[in-house]
Amino acid sequence: MTQTLVLETENAAVERSLRQSNRPVFLAVYLLLGIAFGYVLTRSEAVSWFRIQEMFRFQSFRMYGIIGSAVVTAAVTLALLKRSGLKSLAGESISVPDKKLGRGIRYIAGGSIFGLGWALTGACPAPLFSLVGSGAPVMIVAVVSAIAGTWVYGWLRPKLPH
Amino acid sequence: MTAWFSGTLPWYVAGPLLGLFVPALLIVGNKQFGVSSNLRHLCAVLAPGKVAFFHYDWRKIGLWNLLFLAGIMIGGFLAFHTGAAHQVAISPATQAALAKLGIHDFSGAAPHEVFSWHALLTLRGFVSVVVGGFLVGFGTAYGGGCTSGHAIGGLANFQLPSLIAVIGFFAGGLVTTWFILPFLLGAL
Repeated sequence: MTQTLVLETENAAVERSLRQSNRPVFLAVYLLLGIAFGYVLTRSEAVSWFRIQEMFRFQSFRMYGIIGSAVVTAAVTLALLKRSGLKSLAGESISVPDKKLGRGIRYIAGGSIFGLGWALTGACPAPLFSLVGSGAPVMIVAVVSAIAGTWVYGWLRPKLPH
Repeated sequence: MTAWFSGTLPWYVAGPLLGLFVPALLIVGNKQFGVSSNLRHLCAVLAPGKVAFFHYDWRKIGLWNLLFLAGIMIGGFLAFHTGAAHQVAISPATQAALAKLGIHDFSGAAPHEVFSWHALLTLRGFVSVVVGGFLVGFGTAYGGGCTSGHAIGGLANFQLPSLIAVIGFFAGGLVTTWFILPFLLGAL
């Protein structure tokens, strides 16, 4: 009984915070953060097919430097954030759920399939979208194709090993 | 000083800045950084069909991320038109390797010989854009994330699934680069 009550209050809190983060002011903040991300990503040149080729040919440290220093920065700030016990601006306590390993098949299989496509298009999902408006309009076709790919995954999902 | 506003950002500036989006999204609304989820949200918005995977309240779960994505497109547009390098200075070794595959124009975000409306009807253009895009969408949905969610957000949180996924990213990327592209582009 008490447990159900606790669960209900937790759910209510989650509901409230979800409503909170859909307030126009928060949505505007996500848009602005996206603009900043897209700007830095483009200036970093991680959106360039040529840079991706350089990376997969191990002919430059640049992409490894970008991804490596991004991971270190995110790891340090994330650890500090968890330790601080701060609440988000929208009011919920900050927590990052663990990813479920399961049999792990989805990660190696899905990851490899994505990798094949990453080197073909020279773009992971964020650049795929940003390139449409920044120098490679034909990428709109790749975006539509990527949406189709995700749709087909959703359709086949019950039959695929995870 | 102008280096801050135009041209190539040094990796040690760009990388940490990109990494900061992980804590920034958590601080704003306890949101997890991950771009490929938007492909699922777009399916849910545009064509959920009878697929259970696309039946959820995308407004509640994904609206913030779709706005983040719209921002990425605007940010890319702004950077492109306000001084991002239009010719990326890749290493001479990569230039030589790509020249052997028939790519000689290193301007723009991607080789014009492959990524243009005209080239879309060639095998190399079709496979690179249409098949490549499809694999990105299928693979990220299957693997539950892309470079942002797994390689940056997941590794930063010491997630084993993300490490496995990132190993997969590289396995796939290396296969394309070393075994598929030579055939696909070599015929140029």
